[in-house]
Amino acid sequence: MAFIKGLKCRECGREYPGDALNVCDFCFGPLEVIYDYVTISEVISHERIAEGPLSIWRYQDLLPAEADDPVDIMAGYTPLMKARNLGKRLGLNNLYIKNDSVNPSFSFKDRVVSVAATKAVEFGYETLACASTGNLACSVAAHAARAGVDAVVFIPADLERGKVIGAAVYNPTLVAVEGTYDEVNRLCSEVSDNYHWAFVNINMRPYYAEGSKTLGYEVAEQLGWRVPDHVVVPSASGAMFTKIWKGFNELACLGLLDGVDPLPFGADQNTVHHPAVTTRMHMAQAAGCSPIVSAWENHRNQIRPVRPDSIAKSLAIGNPADGIYALRVIRESEGSGYAVPENQVVEGIKLLAETEGVFTETAGGVTVSTLKYLAETGAIGPDELTVAYITGNGLKTQEAVEEVVNPLLVKPMMGSFEAALESRMASAGV
Amino acid sequence: MARQRVRFTFSADLVREPIIYRLGHDFDVVTNIRRADVRADMGWVILELDGSDDEIQRGLAWVADSGVRVDPIAGDVIEG
Repeated sequence: MAFIKGLKCRECGREYPGDALNVCDFCFGPLEVIYDYVTISEVISHERIAEGPLSIWRYQDLLPAEADDPVDIMAGYTPLMKARNLGKRLGLNNLYIKNDSVNPSFSFKDRVVSVAATKAVEFGYETLACASTGNLACSVAAHAARAGVDAVVFIPADLERGKVIGAAVYNPTLVAVEGTYDEVNRLCSEVSDNYHWAFVNINMRPYYAEGSKTLGYEVAEQLGWRVPDHVVVPSASGAMFTKIWKGFNELACLGLLDGVDPLPFGADQNTVHHPAVTTRMHMAQAAGCSPIVSAWENHRNQIRPVRPDSIAKSLAIGNPADGIYALRVIRESEGSGYAVPENQVVEGIKLLAETEGVFTETAGGVTVSTLKYLAETGAIGPDELTVAYITGNGLKTQEAVEEVVNPLLVKPMMGSFEAALESRMASAGV
Repeated sequence: MARQRVRFTFSADLVREPIIYRLGHDFDVVTNIRRADVRADMGWVILELDGSDDEIQRGLAWVADSGVRVDPIAGDVIEG
Protein backbone atom coordinates (compact mmCIF):
# COMPACT_ATOMS: atom_id res chain seq x y z
CA MET A 1 0.00 0.00 0.00
CA ALA A 2 1.05 3.61 -0.54
CA PHE A 3 1.84 5.57 2.58
CA ILE A 4 0.81 8.97 1.32
CA LYS A 5 -1.14 11.47 3.39
CA GLY A 6 -1.95 13.84 0.54
CA LEU A 7 -0.46 16.86 -1.21
CA LYS A 8 0.95 20.06 0.23
CA CYS A 9 1.77 23.40 -1.36
CA ARG A 10 5.47 24.02 -1.30
CA GLU A 11 4.91 27.78 -1.01
CA CYS A 12 2.01 28.39 1.37
CA GLY A 13 1.74 24.98 3.05
CA ARG A 14 -1.95 24.43 2.26
CA GLU A 15 -2.84 20.76 2.21
CA TYR A 16 -4.90 18.93 -0.41
CA PRO A 17 -6.15 15.37 -0.80
CA GLY A 18 -4.02 13.04 -2.90
CA ASP A 19 -5.86 13.79 -6.15
CA ALA A 20 -4.73 14.64 -9.69
CA LEU A 21 -3.64 18.19 -8.82
CA ASN A 22 -0.36 19.97 -9.34
CA VAL A 23 -0.83 23.64 -8.44
CA CYS A 24 -2.13 25.27 -5.28
CA ASP A 25 -5.44 27.00 -6.02
CA PHE A 26 -4.65 29.75 -3.56
CA CYS A 27 -1.07 30.81 -4.32
CA PHE A 28 -0.26 28.78 -7.46
CA GLY A 29 2.72 27.14 -5.77
CA PRO A 30 3.63 23.57 -6.74
CA LEU A 31 2.07 20.70 -4.82
CA GLU A 32 4.26 17.99 -3.34
CA VAL A 33 3.40 14.57 -1.95
CA ILE A 34 3.44 14.22 1.84
CA TYR A 35 3.97 10.84 3.46
CA ASP A 36 3.18 9.05 6.69
CA TYR A 37 6.83 8.54 7.59
CA VAL A 38 6.00 7.22 11.06
CA THR A 39 4.28 4.19 9.54
CA ILE A 40 6.92 3.87 6.82
CA SER A 41 9.65 3.73 9.47
CA GLU A 42 7.84 0.84 11.13
CA VAL A 43 7.80 -1.32 8.00
CA ILE A 44 10.79 -0.39 5.88
CA SER A 45 14.15 -2.15 6.20
CA HIS A 46 17.15 -3.14 4.08
CA GLU A 47 15.81 -6.69 4.02
CA ARG A 48 12.36 -5.65 2.82
CA ILE A 49 13.93 -3.58 0.03
CA ALA A 50 16.24 -6.46 -0.96
CA GLU A 51 13.26 -8.78 -1.26
CA GLY A 52 11.58 -6.42 -3.74
CA PRO A 53 11.80 -6.54 -7.53
CA LEU A 54 14.91 -5.40 -9.42
CA SER A 55 13.18 -2.19 -10.45
CA ILE A 56 12.20 1.11 -8.84
CA TRP A 57 9.33 -0.73 -7.13
CA ARG A 58 11.73 -2.29 -4.61
CA TYR A 59 11.35 1.13 -2.90
CA GLN A 60 7.57 0.96 -3.04
CA ASP A 61 7.14 2.12 0.57
CA LEU A 62 8.65 5.47 -0.42
CA LEU A 63 6.69 5.93 -3.64
CA PRO A 64 3.26 7.57 -3.85
CA ALA A 65 1.38 4.86 -5.79
CA GLU A 66 -0.11 1.50 -4.98
CA ALA A 67 2.58 -1.02 -5.87
CA ASP A 68 0.51 -4.22 -5.90
CA ASP A 69 0.24 -4.07 -9.68
CA PRO A 70 2.42 -1.19 -10.90
CA VAL A 71 2.77 -0.15 -14.52
CA ASP A 72 6.29 -1.50 -14.69
CA ILE A 73 8.48 -2.08 -17.73
CA MET A 74 11.35 -2.74 -15.28
CA ALA A 75 12.59 0.79 -14.90
CA GLY A 76 15.51 1.32 -12.58
CA TYR A 77 18.07 -0.80 -10.77
CA THR A 78 20.52 0.31 -13.43
CA PRO A 79 24.29 -0.27 -13.14
CA LEU A 80 26.54 1.79 -10.90
CA MET A 81 29.92 1.36 -12.57
CA LYS A 82 33.32 2.11 -11.08
CA ALA A 83 34.76 4.41 -13.75
CA ARG A 84 38.46 3.59 -13.52
CA ASN A 85 39.48 4.80 -16.97
CA LEU A 86 37.56 8.06 -16.87
CA GLY A 87 38.68 8.54 -13.28
CA LYS A 88 42.31 8.06 -14.29
CA ARG A 89 41.90 10.61 -17.08
CA LEU A 90 40.38 13.15 -14.67
CA GLY A 91 42.52 12.36 -11.63
CA LEU A 92 39.61 10.92 -9.64
CA ASN A 93 40.28 7.62 -7.86
CA ASN A 94 36.81 7.01 -6.56
CA LEU A 95 34.52 7.82 -9.47
CA TYR A 96 31.31 5.99 -10.36
CA ILE A 97 28.91 6.31 -13.28
CA LYS A 98 25.22 5.74 -12.63
CA ASN A 99 24.29 4.45 -16.06
CA ASP A 100 20.60 5.19 -16.36
CA SER A 101 20.78 5.18 -20.15
CA VAL A 102 19.97 1.46 -20.09
CA ASN A 103 16.42 1.83 -18.86
CA PRO A 104 13.77 0.13 -21.04
CA SER A 105 13.04 3.23 -23.14
CA PHE A 106 16.67 4.37 -22.79
CA SER A 107 16.39 7.23 -20.31
CA PHE A 108 15.73 7.95 -16.64
CA LYS A 109 12.22 9.09 -17.64
CA ASP A 110 11.05 5.50 -17.18
CA ARG A 111 11.39 5.99 -13.42
CA VAL A 112 9.09 8.99 -13.24
CA VAL A 113 6.65 7.75 -15.84
CA SER A 114 6.28 4.35 -14.16
CA VAL A 115 5.11 6.13 -11.01
CA ALA A 116 2.89 8.59 -12.91
CA ALA A 117 1.35 5.83 -15.04
CA THR A 118 0.64 3.67 -12.00
CA LYS A 119 -1.00 6.63 -10.29
CA ALA A 120 -3.00 7.49 -13.43
CA VAL A 121 -4.39 3.96 -13.62
CA GLU A 122 -5.16 4.12 -9.89
CA PHE A 123 -7.14 7.33 -10.54
CA GLY A 124 -9.04 5.64 -13.36
CA TYR A 125 -7.60 7.60 -16.28
CA GLU A 126 -7.76 5.93 -19.65
CA THR A 127 -5.35 8.24 -21.45
CA LEU A 128 -1.73 9.02 -20.59
CA ALA A 129 -0.31 12.20 -22.12
CA CYS A 130 2.73 14.46 -22.13
CA ALA A 131 4.52 17.29 -23.87
CA SER A 132 8.01 16.26 -24.79
CA THR A 133 11.06 16.71 -26.96
CA GLY A 134 11.93 13.03 -27.02
CA ASN A 135 12.77 10.95 -23.97
CA LEU A 136 9.54 11.57 -22.13
CA ALA A 137 7.48 10.89 -25.26
CA CYS A 138 9.12 7.47 -25.66
CA SER A 139 8.58 6.57 -22.03
CA VAL A 140 4.96 7.70 -21.86
CA ALA A 141 4.09 5.82 -25.05
CA ALA A 142 5.84 2.68 -23.77
CA HIS A 143 4.16 2.74 -20.35
CA ALA A 144 0.74 3.43 -21.89
CA ALA A 145 1.22 0.36 -24.07
CA ARG A 146 2.13 -1.70 -21.01
CA ALA A 147 -0.85 -0.37 -19.04
CA GLY A 148 -3.26 -0.94 -21.93
CA VAL A 149 -4.39 2.70 -22.00
CA ASP A 150 -4.30 5.31 -24.77
CA ALA A 151 -1.34 7.64 -25.18
CA VAL A 152 -1.36 11.17 -26.59
CA VAL A 153 2.07 12.66 -27.03
CA PHE A 154 2.63 16.31 -28.00
CA ILE A 155 5.90 17.03 -29.76
CA PRO A 156 7.26 20.01 -31.68
CA ALA A 157 6.70 19.41 -35.40
CA ASP A 158 10.40 19.80 -36.19
CA LEU A 159 11.59 17.13 -33.74
CA GLU A 160 14.40 14.87 -34.95
CA ARG A 161 13.18 11.81 -36.86
CA GLY A 162 14.93 9.33 -34.57
CA LYS A 163 13.08 10.58 -31.52
CA VAL A 164 9.75 10.62 -33.31
CA ILE A 165 10.18 6.99 -34.34
CA GLY A 166 11.31 6.06 -30.82
CA ALA A 167 7.94 7.22 -29.53
CA ALA A 168 5.76 6.32 -32.53
CA VAL A 169 6.70 2.64 -32.45
CA TYR A 170 4.54 2.19 -29.33
CA ASN A 171 1.55 3.48 -31.34
CA PRO A 172 0.50 6.57 -29.39
CA THR A 173 -1.47 9.43 -30.92
CA LEU A 174 1.37 11.72 -31.93
CA VAL A 175 0.46 15.39 -32.04
CA ALA A 176 3.12 17.36 -33.94
CA VAL A 177 2.56 21.01 -33.07
CA GLU A 178 3.55 23.63 -35.63
CA GLY A 179 4.87 26.29 -33.31
CA THR A 180 7.58 27.31 -30.89
CA TYR A 181 8.28 25.42 -27.69
CA ASP A 182 6.45 28.16 -25.80
CA GLU A 183 3.39 27.64 -27.95
CA VAL A 184 3.43 23.87 -27.48
CA ASN A 185 3.81 24.55 -23.80
CA ARG A 186 0.75 26.77 -23.60
CA LEU A 187 -1.31 24.44 -25.73
CA CYS A 188 -0.63 21.47 -23.46
CA SER A 189 -1.56 23.42 -20.36
CA GLU A 190 -4.88 24.33 -21.97
CA VAL A 191 -5.49 20.79 -23.18
CA SER A 192 -4.90 19.46 -19.68
CA ASP A 193 -7.63 21.79 -18.38
CA ASN A 194 -10.13 20.61 -20.98
CA TYR A 195 -9.55 16.87 -21.34
CA HIS A 196 -9.75 14.15 -18.73
CA TRP A 197 -6.25 12.90 -19.49
CA ALA A 198 -3.37 12.15 -17.17
CA PHE A 199 -0.62 14.49 -18.32
CA VAL A 200 2.38 13.03 -16.56
CA ASN A 201 4.21 16.36 -16.39
CA ILE A 202 1.18 18.53 -15.61
CA ASN A 203 -1.63 17.13 -13.46
CA MET A 204 0.37 14.02 -12.47
CA ARG A 205 3.51 16.03 -11.76
CA PRO A 206 3.61 15.69 -7.94
CA TYR A 207 3.59 11.88 -8.25
CA TYR A 208 5.72 11.75 -11.40
CA ALA A 209 8.54 13.78 -9.86
CA GLU A 210 8.77 11.43 -6.87
CA GLY A 211 10.01 8.67 -9.19
CA SER A 212 13.35 10.47 -9.45
CA LYS A 213 14.02 9.83 -5.76
CA THR A 214 14.87 6.28 -6.75
CA LEU A 215 18.05 7.62 -8.40
CA GLY A 216 19.16 8.57 -4.89
CA TYR A 217 17.99 5.36 -3.22
CA GLU A 218 19.71 3.11 -5.75
CA VAL A 219 23.05 4.85 -5.58
CA ALA A 220 23.00 4.67 -1.79
CA GLU A 221 22.04 1.00 -1.83
CA GLN A 222 24.62 0.13 -4.50
CA LEU A 223 27.32 1.89 -2.47
CA GLY A 224 26.46 -0.25 0.57
CA TRP A 225 23.93 2.15 2.14
CA ARG A 226 26.07 5.27 2.13
CA VAL A 227 25.85 8.49 0.17
CA PRO A 228 28.58 9.93 -2.08
CA ASP A 229 30.72 12.97 -1.28
CA HIS A 230 29.76 14.51 -4.62
CA VAL A 231 27.15 13.93 -7.28
CA VAL A 232 27.00 15.54 -10.72
CA VAL A 233 23.49 15.76 -12.10
CA PRO A 234 22.19 17.14 -15.41
CA SER A 235 19.27 19.53 -14.95
CA ALA A 236 16.39 20.84 -17.01
CA SER A 237 13.36 21.59 -14.80
CA GLY A 238 15.48 20.99 -11.69
CA ALA A 239 13.05 18.36 -10.37
CA MET A 240 15.39 15.37 -10.60
CA PHE A 241 18.14 17.35 -8.88
CA THR A 242 15.92 18.13 -5.89
CA LYS A 243 14.53 14.61 -5.71
CA ILE A 244 17.94 12.90 -5.58
CA TRP A 245 18.75 15.13 -2.62
CA LYS A 246 15.39 14.31 -1.06
CA GLY A 247 16.02 10.60 -1.58
CA PHE A 248 19.36 10.73 0.26
CA ASN A 249 17.78 12.65 3.14
CA GLU A 250 14.76 10.35 3.39
CA LEU A 251 17.06 7.35 3.75
CA ALA A 252 19.06 9.14 6.44
CA CYS A 253 16.01 10.27 8.42
CA LEU A 254 14.59 6.74 8.31
CA GLY A 255 17.85 5.32 9.63
CA LEU A 256 18.56 3.40 6.43
CA LEU A 257 22.09 4.74 5.89
CA ASP A 258 24.79 2.77 7.64
CA GLY A 259 25.90 4.30 10.93
CA VAL A 260 23.36 7.12 10.70
CA ASP A 261 20.77 7.65 13.43
CA PRO A 262 17.21 8.36 12.30
CA LEU A 263 15.74 11.82 12.77
CA PRO A 264 12.14 13.08 12.62
CA PHE A 265 11.19 14.74 9.34
CA GLY A 266 9.76 17.89 10.92
CA ALA A 267 7.04 20.13 9.55
CA ASP A 268 8.34 20.48 6.01
CA GLN A 269 9.09 17.04 4.63
CA ASN A 270 10.31 18.34 1.30
CA THR A 271 13.16 20.43 2.65
CA VAL A 272 14.40 18.07 5.34
CA HIS A 273 18.19 17.88 5.62
CA HIS A 274 19.79 15.23 7.81
CA PRO A 275 23.22 16.49 8.93
CA ALA A 276 24.77 13.13 8.02
CA VAL A 277 24.00 13.81 4.35
CA THR A 278 27.08 15.80 3.34
CA THR A 279 26.82 15.10 -0.38
CA ARG A 280 27.66 18.13 -2.48
CA MET A 281 25.12 18.47 -5.27
CA HIS A 282 26.66 19.77 -8.51
CA MET A 283 24.32 20.84 -11.29
CA ALA A 284 25.21 20.42 -14.96
CA GLN A 285 23.52 22.58 -17.60
CA ALA A 286 24.48 23.52 -21.14
CA ALA A 287 25.41 27.16 -21.72
CA GLY A 288 22.66 27.51 -24.32
CA CYS A 289 20.03 26.94 -21.63
CA SER A 290 21.31 27.43 -18.10
CA PRO A 291 18.77 29.51 -16.18
CA ILE A 292 19.40 27.77 -12.84
CA VAL A 293 23.19 27.83 -13.03
CA SER A 294 23.02 31.46 -14.12
CA ALA A 295 20.99 32.34 -10.99
CA TRP A 296 23.50 30.46 -8.83
CA GLU A 297 26.51 32.15 -10.45
CA ASN A 298 24.96 35.59 -10.06
CA HIS A 299 23.77 35.03 -6.48
CA ARG A 300 20.14 35.58 -7.47
CA ASN A 301 17.16 34.00 -5.75
CA GLN A 302 15.01 34.27 -8.86
CA ILE A 303 15.19 32.29 -12.06
CA ARG A 304 15.16 34.39 -15.20
CA PRO A 305 13.55 32.40 -18.02
CA VAL A 306 15.64 32.05 -21.16
CA ARG A 307 14.96 31.03 -24.73
CA PRO A 308 16.87 27.75 -25.15
CA ASP A 309 19.50 27.54 -27.84
CA SER A 310 21.36 24.34 -27.05
CA ILE A 311 22.22 21.05 -28.69
CA ALA A 312 21.31 19.39 -25.38
CA LYS A 313 17.61 19.45 -26.24
CA SER A 314 16.56 17.14 -23.41
CA LEU A 315 17.83 19.81 -20.98
CA ALA A 316 16.35 22.76 -22.87
CA ILE A 317 13.76 24.02 -20.41
CA GLY A 318 13.88 27.80 -20.42
CA ASN A 319 11.51 28.38 -17.51
CA PRO A 320 12.30 25.56 -15.07
CA ALA A 321 9.39 24.80 -12.75
CA ASP A 322 11.63 23.60 -9.92
CA GLY A 323 14.44 26.03 -10.58
CA ILE A 324 14.32 27.93 -7.30
CA TYR A 325 14.08 24.72 -5.30
CA ALA A 326 17.08 23.27 -7.13
CA LEU A 327 18.93 26.49 -6.41
CA ARG A 328 18.25 26.04 -2.71
CA VAL A 329 19.61 22.48 -2.85
CA ILE A 330 22.84 23.67 -4.46
CA ARG A 331 23.27 26.16 -1.64
CA GLU A 332 22.19 23.88 1.19
CA SER A 333 24.47 21.08 0.04
CA GLU A 334 27.36 23.49 -0.59
CA GLY A 335 27.40 22.26 -4.15
CA SER A 336 27.81 24.20 -7.37
CA GLY A 337 26.56 24.69 -10.90
CA TYR A 338 28.38 24.79 -14.19
CA ALA A 339 27.20 25.87 -17.63
CA VAL A 340 29.09 23.74 -20.14
CA PRO A 341 30.12 25.62 -23.30
CA GLU A 342 28.11 24.20 -26.19
CA ASN A 343 31.24 23.03 -27.99
CA GLN A 344 32.19 20.91 -24.99
CA VAL A 345 28.95 18.88 -24.95
CA VAL A 346 30.04 16.49 -27.71
CA GLU A 347 33.52 16.29 -26.17
CA GLY A 348 31.89 14.97 -23.00
CA ILE A 349 29.97 12.32 -24.96
CA LYS A 350 33.14 11.16 -26.67
CA LEU A 351 35.19 11.16 -23.48
CA LEU A 352 32.72 8.86 -21.71
CA ALA A 353 32.42 6.56 -24.73
CA GLU A 354 36.17 6.29 -25.26
CA THR A 355 37.01 5.66 -21.60
CA GLU A 356 34.11 3.63 -20.24
CA GLY A 357 32.26 2.17 -23.23
CA VAL A 358 29.08 4.08 -22.40
CA PHE A 359 27.35 5.96 -25.22
CA THR A 360 25.28 8.76 -23.78
CA GLU A 361 23.12 11.47 -25.29
CA THR A 362 23.88 15.18 -25.17
CA ALA A 363 22.67 15.52 -21.56
CA GLY A 364 25.31 12.97 -20.55
CA GLY A 365 27.90 14.98 -22.45
CA VAL A 366 26.93 17.97 -20.32
CA THR A 367 27.35 15.89 -17.17
CA VAL A 368 30.77 14.52 -18.12
CA SER A 369 32.07 17.93 -19.17
CA THR A 370 30.89 19.37 -15.85
CA LEU A 371 32.60 16.52 -14.02
CA LYS A 372 35.79 17.27 -15.93
CA TYR A 373 35.57 20.95 -15.00
CA LEU A 374 35.00 20.14 -11.32
CA ALA A 375 37.97 17.76 -11.29
CA GLU A 376 40.26 20.22 -13.06
CA THR A 377 39.35 23.10 -10.76
CA GLY A 378 39.84 20.99 -7.63
CA ALA A 379 36.20 21.23 -6.56
CA ILE A 380 36.27 17.42 -6.31
CA GLY A 381 39.26 15.94 -4.50
CA PRO A 382 41.12 12.93 -5.98
CA ASP A 383 39.89 10.42 -3.39
CA GLU A 384 36.38 11.73 -2.79
CA LEU A 385 33.52 9.37 -3.60
CA THR A 386 31.84 10.85 -6.67
CA VAL A 387 28.87 9.72 -8.75
CA ALA A 388 28.00 11.17 -12.16
CA TYR A 389 24.46 10.53 -13.36
CA ILE A 390 24.15 9.51 -17.02
CA THR A 391 20.45 9.77 -17.73
CA GLY A 392 19.96 9.14 -21.44
CA ASN A 393 21.19 6.94 -24.28
CA GLY A 394 23.37 8.15 -27.13
CA LEU A 395 21.38 6.29 -29.75
CA LYS A 396 18.73 9.00 -29.39
CA THR A 397 20.98 11.88 -30.40
CA GLN A 398 23.28 10.23 -32.91
CA GLU A 399 23.30 13.30 -35.14
CA ALA A 400 25.27 15.15 -32.43
CA VAL A 401 28.30 12.91 -32.94
CA GLU A 402 28.11 12.09 -36.64
CA GLU A 403 31.63 13.46 -37.04
CA VAL A 404 33.06 10.35 -35.38
CA VAL A 405 32.18 8.21 -38.41
CA ASN A 406 35.44 8.00 -40.34
CA PRO A 407 35.99 4.42 -41.47
CA LEU A 408 38.93 2.99 -43.37
CA LEU A 409 37.47 2.53 -46.84
CA VAL A 410 39.17 -0.43 -48.51
CA LYS A 411 38.73 -2.85 -51.36
CA PRO A 412 38.29 -6.52 -50.37
CA MET A 413 42.02 -7.20 -50.76
CA MET A 414 44.80 -7.52 -48.21
CA GLY A 415 46.99 -4.95 -49.98
CA SER A 416 44.26 -2.35 -49.95
CA PHE A 417 43.61 -2.94 -46.24
CA GLU A 418 47.28 -2.70 -45.28
CA ALA A 419 47.80 0.47 -47.30
CA ALA A 420 44.81 2.12 -45.68
CA LEU A 421 45.90 1.01 -42.21
CA GLU A 422 49.43 2.31 -42.78
CA SER A 423 48.06 5.62 -44.00
CA ARG A 424 45.78 5.97 -40.97
CA MET A 425 48.59 5.12 -38.53
CA ALA A 426 50.90 7.60 -40.24
CA SER A 427 48.34 10.37 -40.02
CA ALA A 428 47.81 9.50 -36.35
CA GLY A 429 51.57 9.71 -35.79
CA VAL A 430 51.86 6.08 -34.69
CA MET B 1 -16.47 32.40 -21.65
CA ALA B 2 -13.11 30.95 -20.77
CA ARG B 3 -10.64 31.46 -17.96
CA GLN B 4 -6.92 31.04 -18.30
CA ARG B 5 -4.11 31.39 -15.79
CA VAL B 6 -0.79 32.57 -17.14
CA ARG B 7 2.53 33.87 -15.95
CA PHE B 8 4.13 36.91 -17.59
CA THR B 9 7.84 37.49 -17.19
CA PHE B 10 9.09 41.00 -17.97
CA SER B 11 12.68 41.79 -18.83
CA ALA B 12 14.33 45.03 -17.65
CA ASP B 13 13.36 46.96 -20.79
CA LEU B 14 9.67 46.08 -20.43
CA VAL B 15 9.24 46.39 -16.69
CA ARG B 16 8.00 49.99 -17.01
CA GLU B 17 5.51 49.31 -19.83
CA PRO B 18 1.73 49.25 -19.06
CA ILE B 19 1.30 45.83 -20.70
CA ILE B 20 -1.43 44.54 -18.40
CA TYR B 21 -3.41 47.78 -18.64
CA ARG B 22 -3.33 47.57 -22.44
CA LEU B 23 -4.27 43.89 -22.42
CA GLY B 24 -7.43 44.75 -20.50
CA HIS B 25 -8.08 47.97 -22.44
CA ASP B 26 -7.40 46.92 -26.04
CA PHE B 27 -8.86 43.41 -25.82
CA ASP B 28 -12.12 42.19 -24.34
CA VAL B 29 -10.33 40.42 -21.51
CA VAL B 30 -10.70 40.87 -17.74
CA THR B 31 -7.30 40.73 -16.04
CA ASN B 32 -6.97 39.69 -12.42
CA ILE B 33 -3.49 39.87 -10.90
CA ARG B 34 -3.12 37.05 -8.38
CA ARG B 35 0.60 37.15 -7.58
CA ALA B 36 3.47 39.34 -8.64
CA ASP B 37 7.06 40.25 -7.96
CA VAL B 38 8.23 43.25 -9.94
CA ARG B 39 11.71 44.67 -9.46
CA ALA B 40 13.79 47.24 -11.25
CA ASP B 41 15.47 44.75 -13.55
CA MET B 42 12.79 42.08 -14.02
CA GLY B 43 9.37 41.04 -12.89
CA TRP B 44 6.79 38.32 -13.05
CA VAL B 45 3.04 38.43 -12.69
CA ILE B 46 0.53 35.61 -12.41
CA LEU B 47 -2.83 36.56 -13.89
CA GLU B 48 -6.24 35.07 -14.36
CA LEU B 49 -7.76 36.11 -17.66
CA ASP B 50 -11.51 35.95 -18.35
CA GLY B 51 -13.02 36.38 -21.79
CA SER B 52 -13.83 34.46 -24.92
CA ASP B 53 -11.21 31.91 -25.85
CA ASP B 54 -10.43 33.72 -29.11
CA GLU B 55 -10.03 37.07 -27.42
CA ILE B 56 -7.75 35.66 -24.72
CA GLN B 57 -5.56 34.03 -27.37
CA ARG B 58 -5.49 37.25 -29.40
CA GLY B 59 -4.51 39.20 -26.31
CA LEU B 60 -1.80 36.73 -25.31
CA ALA B 61 -0.37 36.76 -28.82
CA TRP B 62 -0.10 40.56 -28.59
CA VAL B 63 1.58 40.31 -25.16
CA ALA B 64 4.09 37.78 -26.49
CA ASP B 65 4.73 39.95 -29.57
CA SER B 66 5.48 42.82 -27.22
CA GLY B 67 8.41 40.81 -25.87
CA VAL B 68 6.89 39.56 -22.63
CA ARG B 69 7.39 35.87 -21.97
CA VAL B 70 4.06 34.07 -21.52
CA ASP B 71 4.04 30.71 -19.74
CA PRO B 72 1.60 28.38 -18.06
CA ILE B 73 1.71 29.05 -14.32
CA ALA B 74 3.49 25.80 -13.53
CA GLY B 75 6.47 26.70 -15.72
CA ASP B 76 7.51 24.86 -18.84
CA VAL B 77 5.72 21.58 -19.31
CA ILE B 78 7.84 20.45 -22.24
CA GLU B 79 10.35 17.93 -21.03
CA GLY B 80 13.21 16.06 -22.65
